[in-house]
Amino acid sequence: MGFAGDRVGSAPRRSRTTCLFVAGYVVLLAAFGVVPTGYAIYFAFTTADGAFTGFDNFATTAQDFRFLPAVEHIALYLVFWLALLVILVVALALLLHRLASHGTRRALRFLFYVPGALAGAASVMIWLFMLDPTVSPVAFLLRRLGYATFGEVIAPGHLPLLFALIAFWTGAGGWIVVMYGALNNIPTEVLEAARIDGAGAWHTAWHIQVPMLRKWIVYMVILAFAGGTQLFVEPQLLSQASVGVAGRDYSPNQLSYDFAFQMNNVNGAAAISVELLVVGLVVATVFVARSGFFDAE
Amino acid sequence: MTRRRARPVRRPAGPRLLIAVVLALFLLFFVLPLLWLVLAATKSDEQLVHGNPLSFGSWHALRANWAALTGFQDDVLLLWLRNSALYSGLALAITLCVAVPAGYAMAMTEFRGRRVLLIATLIVMLMPTATLVVPLFLEVNAVHLIGSMWSVILPYSFYPFGVYLTFIYFSTAVPKDLLAAARIDGCSEFGVFRHVALPLATPVVALVGFFSFVANWTNYFLPYVMLPESDQMPVQVGLGTLLDSVPSFNPTVGALAVERPQLALATLVAIIPVLVVFLFSQRFLIAGMLAGSTKS
Repeated sequence: MGFAGDRVGSAPRRSRTTCLFVAGYVVLLAAFGVVPTGYAIYFAFTTADGAFTGFDNFATTAQDFRFLPAVEHIALYLVFWLALLVILVVALALLLHRLASHGTRRALRFLFYVPGALAGAASVMIWLFMLDPTVSPVAFLLRRLGYATFGEVIAPGHLPLLFALIAFWTGAGGWIVVMYGALNNIPTEVLEAARIDGAGAWHTAWHIQVPMLRKWIVYMVILAFAGGTQLFVEPQLLSQASVGVAGRDYSPNQLSYDFAFQMNNVNGAAAISVELLVVGLVVATVFVARSGFFDAE
Repeated sequence: MTRRRARPVRRPAGPRLLIAVVLALFLLFFVLPLLWLVLAATKSDEQLVHGNPLSFGSWHALRANWAALTGFQDDVLLLWLRNSALYSGLALAITLCVAVPAGYAMAMTEFRGRRVLLIATLIVMLMPTATLVVPLFLEVNAVHLIGSMWSVILPYSFYPFGVYLTFIYFSTAVPKDLLAAARIDGCSEFGVFRHVALPLATPVVALVGFFSFVANWTNYFLPYVMLPESDQMPVQVGLGTLLDSVPSFNPTVGALAVERPQLALATLVAIIPVLVVFLFSQRFLIAGMLAGSTKS
């Protein structure tokens, strides 16, 4: 593939233009990706006076009585959230794919996706109402489960599941659309052959469709995992609405915020941020290196 | 042809019914909360508690809720909405100006550092933005920009996912020969981008624009940290302030109480811009997402 353009446009002119094209992005990447990361690492390993302290900040924060519970909360939440996401998204995409009517499939895909536009505080507000038996449209369900007041519904033991529910409500639709698209890409001949061999719907799904979705499922899990470790707005607003049933230190990100802004210990806050960054980076790197997902070139 | 027609006949009715029931239940799960929200905004607090949860209140109550809501701290809700629009809008403009040319250059030209840039983009893209909020605060604090609207607009403008999307699009959907032909015809490098590549990329530009707008509009943590003054808050953070003033969620509220239907109305108002953009672009979006997914 020799390009005529290589001979026509002069090389210096082209590289100057390329520089211009990427310059803005490089500046933003440096200012809001690289520098804050470096800054956080610097703070995490120094004292308030700027002296190097090794892992002291990490030890201090890890020994804080709220640290382990926060890690436990997030771990439990991730288990619920990822399980809900993988099982239900794949199942719903498969079911949608089996529907005969083209119009129904489109409408459902769209309606499942709508809550995706409402991330952030708005979705938490909606769910505060959904979980309050005095106003909820599913109050009968909540009462049937034995909960008469908002406080009983949001008991600390329920929180990981409730946060997973909110995250699923806002996040699942987009992934259903993606999985559905991937299912559409499976050649009909393959499914046809399976049918001729006598595979039922269940067999076809389990042995042919799900394996072909694997790459997308991994991608979804990685992004959902990385996003899930960052939990902040949900517990923050819930703690506001529940007079402290959920503490302001429920998640590691909240704890980091607390260290920085309530306890005036930015070094400790930076240490927690660095830990979250390392988790995010390790996951991202493993994914980029191992999955081949980004082999676009 | 015959195969297609034979399919539905062979499928037994039992499983089909089960599929329909499951999908209908999930439809309720996804849609019911939104429906409830719209209806709640039209009720008085009394009606909200005692009426049918899925009934319409009255236009009168809706107007009363709106009046109470806008009366809260001298129209501060409108100010929050304006802030959201300003921050998301400016960031969107910068994102598009920066991300699209960068994705184009990375896809279409070989240059030194290209691989490093690409890998850095992929890694940062997979790291959720919230990880960097506290470090960003430290950085912005060091240059004394806390409380300036640029302390959220500029970080919002950094959108590696947008660069990645345009990169994928240009490297798969636009043939390099086309650009080469334009160069032979005497187009400048910028002209090739402006007149040949950019028009072809309209769908992906729209997709990047939509995702970036929604991400910025719904962001909570960053403005919560960077812009603590009430008159600077975007509406997402403002909702948190309103929540603090609802007696049934926070019994210590004094005279400035906000009732629950008013909070529901505020939530509705906060999501309407996103919903409107979404409704207008959804055909486009789903097509774009599917185009992305065919890449595997």
